[in-house]
Amino acid sequence: MITAENIGYKIGPKQILADVSAAFDKGKVSAILSPNGAGKSTLLKCLTGSLKPDTGSIFMDGKELQHYSLADLSRKRAVLSQANPISFPFTALEIVLMGRNPYELDQSAALNAEIAMAALDMMDAWHLRDRSFPTLSGGEQQRVQFARVASQIWEQEGAYLFLDEPTSALDLKHQHQLLDLVQSLCRQHGLAVIIVMHDLNLAYHCTDHCYFIKDGRIQDSGESRRLINAELISEIFDLPLKYAGMRFASQQA
Amino acid sequence: MSHFAKSVSLPFFLKHVKIPALLLLGLFLVVVAIVAASIGAVSIPLKDLLSGTLTDQQEAVLVSIRLPRVFLAIIVGGALAVSGAAMQGLFRNPLADPGLIGIATSAALAVAFVIVLAGPITGYLGLYAMSIAAFIGALLACFVIFRFARLTGSFSVTYMLLTGIAINALSAAGVGYLTFLSDDQQLRTLTFWTMGSLGGALWVAVIVVTSIAVPSGLLLIRNARELNVLLLGENEARYLGVDAERLKRTIVICTALCVGAAISVSGVIGFVGLVVPHLVRLTLGPDHRLLIPASALLGAALLVVADTAARTIVAPAEMPVGILTSLIGGPFFLWLLVKQYAGRFSL
Repeated sequence: MITAENIGYKIGPKQILADVSAAFDKGKVSAILSPNGAGKSTLLKCLTGSLKPDTGSIFMDGKELQHYSLADLSRKRAVLSQANPISFPFTALEIVLMGRNPYELDQSAALNAEIAMAALDMMDAWHLRDRSFPTLSGGEQQRVQFARVASQIWEQEGAYLFLDEPTSALDLKHQHQLLDLVQSLCRQHGLAVIIVMHDLNLAYHCTDHCYFIKDGRIQDSGESRRLINAELISEIFDLPLKYAGMRFASQQA
Repeated sequence: MSHFAKSVSLPFFLKHVKIPALLLLGLFLVVVAIVAASIGAVSIPLKDLLSGTLTDQQEAVLVSIRLPRVFLAIIVGGALAVSGAAMQGLFRNPLADPGLIGIATSAALAVAFVIVLAGPITGYLGLYAMSIAAFIGALLACFVIFRFARLTGSFSVTYMLLTGIAINALSAAGVGYLTFLSDDQQLRTLTFWTMGSLGGALWVAVIVVTSIAVPSGLLLIRNARELNVLLLGENEARYLGVDAERLKRTIVICTALCVGAAISVSGVIGFVGLVVPHLVRLTLGPDHRLLIPASALLGAALLVVADTAARTIVAPAEMPVGILTSLIGGPFFLWLLVKQYAGRFSL
């Protein structure tokens, strides 16, 4: 379990996160939902350890996050960030192999290669293996990057998987494929999955738990199926109820 | 997982066999070096060179003039190409080149300071002093460019090149002012430095540069795998267990040492650091574990060729080799911009 206890983060005078407490369980897919600029990316960065919160602390499996070494963390949690351009012609397979960097010293190159290939295949991207990464489309790049992240915690039971808008460049089929996969990996290996996402429909259908963040604070949290409804969306996103109702009428039925 | 075993295509593993490519490049370098040693005002025919039947005069020319020059070209070319490859990895940008982004010129400025203000110092001490000065100049420039390039959040090509222009202009102004202050002897030395030349190569210079560039280059090769991971992005590298801060520091210091050492003996020789890693990447791919050693070998070989051309095409006079590399490198850079990268960098 990863828990945030009263964390706060400031950039200059602006309070990005204020007194945020949250807990993410293993074996569950959790969503972090919020309007733009409400602090969800900052929260994700704090949880992954790439930002240190100004106040409060974060515990991973009962141990404070800062007390983990980079090497230990790299075997316990993987992070898929938003699109990061790569201007060197690595092949898709080479990119995925980089996900095995934490195991480079104690596992054989053959095993690492095999895992990287299996991860590519799992992402429906095996045919892209020898293509140059910068020439792939946005959606293909996202799938290859996901394969890299998956290979990083391949068969690591109870690892943490953070995904920052993992479906932003994917078509409908691949969106559902990815989230189905995330769910089954989560169940199989007892992963704690934390997804920052925009698509409330997907969040409703594909996540177990969700946190709504507004103005740097947690506004509401609970089971996705119960929590995501027209009234709450209208409130959190400052959206007139009729639009919120339009978006969610179908699920309510 | 059985169907993977079958479809593990041969090319995939061939690509990861780096020994043949490096052996081939090494062989090329040896051949080029031997040919270069045989060419010059005093003729040393290849067959005499290889059989070792030389007159006293030929031997003297070979040992005290030709060989130090060839070795200096090898080590300077290798150092420049390696630092280009490492810079490009560090900035995650294939257009970074020590000359282009102002690192070389600020190293030259530091050397100019030593020449004009400290007076003549020669021998090992003088060369090491100039190497250290050039290293400090290069390091400062790296630091400034790095800070500015990061202002945009990512390493944008715009910021990197614009910062390079500013640093180049400032350094040129500094060198100009020092030129203005200098006496005749210093003026000649300065001119030689800003144009880039391997003329006047001595064994001392070879030893000094080798003692600095080789350890730095080896350290870069040791960090090659992590440098690959750094190309995913600094945060991504950290997520994958790479201490990005330490890695960046190592790369900056090693590159500044290589560039500094090379420049203190040869002046600013442009474009080797840009062109060579590009050629290697086109044929062998971007993996730094292969890219860095292959760039070292190819850079060495190409500078030997360029220097041999520079001292023969206008014989008995001699053209500074920096002019020649820029003559070839400039158009290459333009071609690169137009052909491969137009529209891809958000300039």
